[in-house]
Amino acid sequence: MSDAPVIRTRGLTRYFGRKCAVHDLNLEVPRGCVFAFLGRNGSGKSTTIRMLLGLLQPDRGEANVLGCDSRALTPELRARIGYLTEEHQLYGWMNVREAGEFQAAFYPRWNEKIFRGVIGHFGLKPEARVKHLSRGMRAGLCLALTLAPDPELLILDDPALGLDPVARRSLVESMIYLMRRSDRTIFFSSHHLGDVERVADYLAVLDDSVLRACCPLESFRNSVQEVQLRFDGVPPKLPPIPGLLQAFRTEHELRVTCVHYNGETERALRALAPAALETVPLGLEDAFISYLGERGEKTFILSDTETSS
Amino acid sequence: MSLKININTGASVPIYKQITEQVRRAVATGRLTVAEQLPSVRALAESLVLNPNTVARAYADLAREGLIETRPGRGVFIIPKRRVLHPAEGRRRLEPLLNSLISEAIAMDFKPEELQDAFEKKLQEWTNDKRGKP
Repeated sequence: MSDAPVIRTRGLTRYFGRKCAVHDLNLEVPRGCVFAFLGRNGSGKSTTIRMLLGLLQPDRGEANVLGCDSRALTPELRARIGYLTEEHQLYGWMNVREAGEFQAAFYPRWNEKIFRGVIGHFGLKPEARVKHLSRGMRAGLCLALTLAPDPELLILDDPALGLDPVARRSLVESMIYLMRRSDRTIFFSSHHLGDVERVADYLAVLDDSVLRACCPLESFRNSVQEVQLRFDGVPPKLPPIPGLLQAFRTEHELRVTCVHYNGETERALRALAPAALETVPLGLEDAFISYLGERGEKTFILSDTETSS
Repeated sequence: MSLKININTGASVPIYKQITEQVRRAVATGRLTVAEQLPSVRALAESLVLNPNTVARAYADLAREGLIETRPGRGVFIIPKRRVLHPAEGRRRLEPLLNSLISEAIAMDFKPEELQDAFEKKLQEWTNDKRGKP
């Protein structure tokens, strides 16, 4: 199997009117990994995914998928890509089995065993009418229709959207099932950091159209650190700290989150002469929130004048 | 196999470390004994709903510590503990653990005797009572 990345973008850029949706995106997704594509709503994830699939033209730059320019994907290559999006076309009058047969006609590599496995996993009956399915069941059917052609590359655009915890777990289990084949690649966007933590090898973080991180999950988690500084008196004013993300101030404490915490950061913090300084590891979700949350100093404590007025 | 692993997402401890810590503890307390078999990487990954690479990483760490061994074609087994660290290196790694324990305890106003008692008790649990959960 070649070591060439399954997805590679170079300077990928797209505007909607004057608004930049994706800015100068350079992304590489290695074969055989699970890649989480993260970012807040409206950060440009779906726009990127649509450009990857050649459904939307970039204004600048290029996207390359399975070794082919996205704008020139042939039907044969498309058949090797599974794409799951919210607005998946289903015919309400069909039942689950018919929906499978209908889809199968388009795919030479259709695997009925996978289809049955996934619908069974979501508790779907083959005779159930599509229009009577719940949201979670519909998602299960869509996933089954996407997985059954045994795609080499699976692109899931927020597959967990609106799913209850049980259906979401089934989705994650299906993704792990797909990983039995080590040459299969999954690229998915999500807001559920717990799920990401369970399945992803790599993650990329898009922030307001700009790629801010792209690395193994563990590196991301390690690069964001919380530091707790205890003071005998009132904590001093915070000077510029390299890599500062957020700072919270309480009566005798300053809690600071930093990215790329290193000796230089520590020296700057020690210069404040705290009584104690301690670094605290962060969970993935907390790391993500400090990374993308509003920068700067915040406080939970209202001053006396504010509380009494 | 009498091993039940609990995974917490969103915790400050990475998932692979949650696995290694729980296996280590199960061995230390006798819930897992020498020659007992662990599930394969894939089986554990699927039962815990995790990326197999995460489980593989945990197993690799445990193998490096000399706690488990993968026998090709047969499975993953608990092996007799052998010393993998040079004593001096072991002491070097113990130092920061002791420091953080003692500094936290002092911050919580524990007296030296109390701390010593608590430490002794815990040590007893880990080394003598091989059967029950401490």
